[in-house]
Amino acid sequence: MEPDQDTSLAATVDPPPGWRSRPAAHHLMRWESGLAVVVVAIGILGVSTSPQFLTGGNMFNLGLQSGEIAIMALPMTLIIISGEIDLSVASIMGMSSALLGYLWNEHWSMLVIFVVIIAVGAAAGAINGLLITRLGLPSLAVTIGTLGLYRGVANIILGPNTISNFPTAYTNVGVNGVISPDLSFSAAVFIVLAVIFGVVLHFTPAGRSIYAMGASPEAATFAGIRVKRIKTMLFIVSGVICAVAGALLTFRLSTAVNSNGLGLELDVVAVVLLGGVSIFGGKGTIVGVVLGVLAFAGIQNALLLTSFNQEAASIPVGGLLLVSVFVPNMAALTARLRAALARRGRAAPSAIGSGHD
Amino acid sequence: MSTILAPPREPSGAPADVGSRRLTERVFRVRESGIIAVLALFVLVTALIQPRFVSSSNIQFILVNTAVYALVALGETMVILTRNVDLSVQSVLALSAYLSAGLFGHAHGIPIPVVFLVGLGIGLAFGMANGLMVALGRVPSLVVTLATLYIIQGIDILVVGGNEVVASSLPAGFVAIPNVTILGIPWLAIAVAAVIGAGAYYLRSYRSGRELYAIGSNPEGAQLAGIPVAKRVFTSFTLCGGIAGIGGVLWAAQYQTINTSAGGTNFSLIVIASVVVGGVAIFGGSGSAVGAAIGALLLGTINVALDVLGISDFWDQAIAGFLLLLAITLDRGISVRLAAALRKRSVRDGT
Repeated sequence: MEPDQDTSLAATVDPPPGWRSRPAAHHLMRWESGLAVVVVAIGILGVSTSPQFLTGGNMFNLGLQSGEIAIMALPMTLIIISGEIDLSVASIMGMSSALLGYLWNEHWSMLVIFVVIIAVGAAAGAINGLLITRLGLPSLAVTIGTLGLYRGVANIILGPNTISNFPTAYTNVGVNGVISPDLSFSAAVFIVLAVIFGVVLHFTPAGRSIYAMGASPEAATFAGIRVKRIKTMLFIVSGVICAVAGALLTFRLSTAVNSNGLGLELDVVAVVLLGGVSIFGGKGTIVGVVLGVLAFAGIQNALLLTSFNQEAASIPVGGLLLVSVFVPNMAALTARLRAALARRGRAAPSAIGSGHD
Repeated sequence: MSTILAPPREPSGAPADVGSRRLTERVFRVRESGIIAVLALFVLVTALIQPRFVSSSNIQFILVNTAVYALVALGETMVILTRNVDLSVQSVLALSAYLSAGLFGHAHGIPIPVVFLVGLGIGLAFGMANGLMVALGRVPSLVVTLATLYIIQGIDILVVGGNEVVASSLPAGFVAIPNVTILGIPWLAIAVAAVIGAGAYYLRSYRSGRELYAIGSNPEGAQLAGIPVAKRVFTSFTLCGGIAGIGGVLWAAQYQTINTSAGGTNFSLIVIASVVVGGVAIFGGSGSAVGAAIGALLLGTINVALDVLGISDFWDQAIAGFLLLLAITLDRGISVRLAAALRKRSVRDGT
């Protein structure tokens, strides 16, 4: 998909000398191929530490453990590429889970409950999107606010109660696979959604416009892209997907409590950034995010099979996140360091003058 | 809000009018005035319904519970002013709480100030690591501090393991820190207020403090104006880390049982919310340390007020979230109108 863009550009615009040697897409692909190597390395490490790593049962667990985070990472990818961020995802998930539990306890039919939680997820996303696009408020601040608000709604709906009398037909999503017994339901949902999001982002005008508004909102507006409308749509889609993820989580745990999914928002952001999506918007691919999901889930799962404390999986995940942000900047970084060193060597006497305040 | 627009509409020239205009302007230019009004209204309404709310023991309770949040909000303010953010304060606080309070068990009779210095040192070290990466690497602070949040959290989990610091291992003098009062005011609140006051004075009146605002308003411009941007950003992250380290020691004194969950799941985001509620712009360049502290105080007050009013605890997070949205919406409205009013006046005055 990316090379397509290159050739079409190259055909219409005569590139200056040296331009084709490093087009932007190659920089992106470099991180993603590097990430693929990391994923393979994690796989090899997993197999060498535990013969169970590549067994079907373990693959099922791997998909199950990280399924909801992976699903929420897909709309987050589009939102971050468009230049915004949504920190309220885990709270929308918790609100959906609490509502599901509450309504089930009130003997509503499951079909109606699904419709209600999806509508509430859409409304939650719409509130985010409208505050951000229509009032021009920064998404970081707005979604920290709605993170509290939606989690608070979950608290109000469910209070201290725990609902766990869901029928086995639904809680089986955490036990049985779909198609193959090794494929968890949430992993299957992720695969289907990843294909849909990938097609929308990389092969449709809407997807192109998401990149355009992330790279420059003004330029996108002047190019006739309905920046506000598309961004609002992205937040609504995110709300709906998070509501679905909330239902999956509730059935997997066969428990609805107000703290379901607490704190997952940063995991979702981490997975997306790990996939090489730029926090400043305009750059990133779904393929990268899928690899980011695999790396994230693989590290946690590999550690689970060893004697290493599994909760400390955050150390390699954090380390990989640092690598992801430093590697693409490496060339600029070393150049700057060299320049700084040279300057210091040349202008040593003037250092006395710079010691103000 | 229409009063902001009112003065410029009146005929200019009358000296009395100029005086009143300056006063209105000054009131509205103080970004904290809105939040102070909300806090006052909240306290007033709650006190009218339930007089017990303004009893001295309840006020002491609110002040002590807010102290750590307000303190860490000072560090976070310094970082956010420079158009950066530090998500790692939560894990720095948790690790510092465990390691510093753990010293009482490992080295019997260790002086309390030494424990505070250790907490400070731990915080400064992580703050410097964040600052180095953000300032020298010129990579987005959101990503760097998200990564260090994870890494420090992991270190904390490995260090703590299945252990915890228990209250019985802490000396009486340390545990008493949140309870000591001077003239009925908790000593802890006075100390934290003094630190915030010093921080606010530094940000307002020192050249290097003002430069943090310049960096946040326009990083490229600040660089071109000769401000040592990298140095200032590094310093703000270092101070923020150090303050979070101290916050960890205070957390230990307050809660006494310390395991990996010190600080809670969303401590960093609550601190950032306090800062933003207090009128500090999330993209830097404006706001004050005092505002951030009042933001923390407001969120802490809501928490207690709901309790006193007999409203279930389960409401406070929703109300805090709603208030944050209200604060940023109002702030946006005020700044847009103020800018328009000032522009109108400068056009009319021909300046």
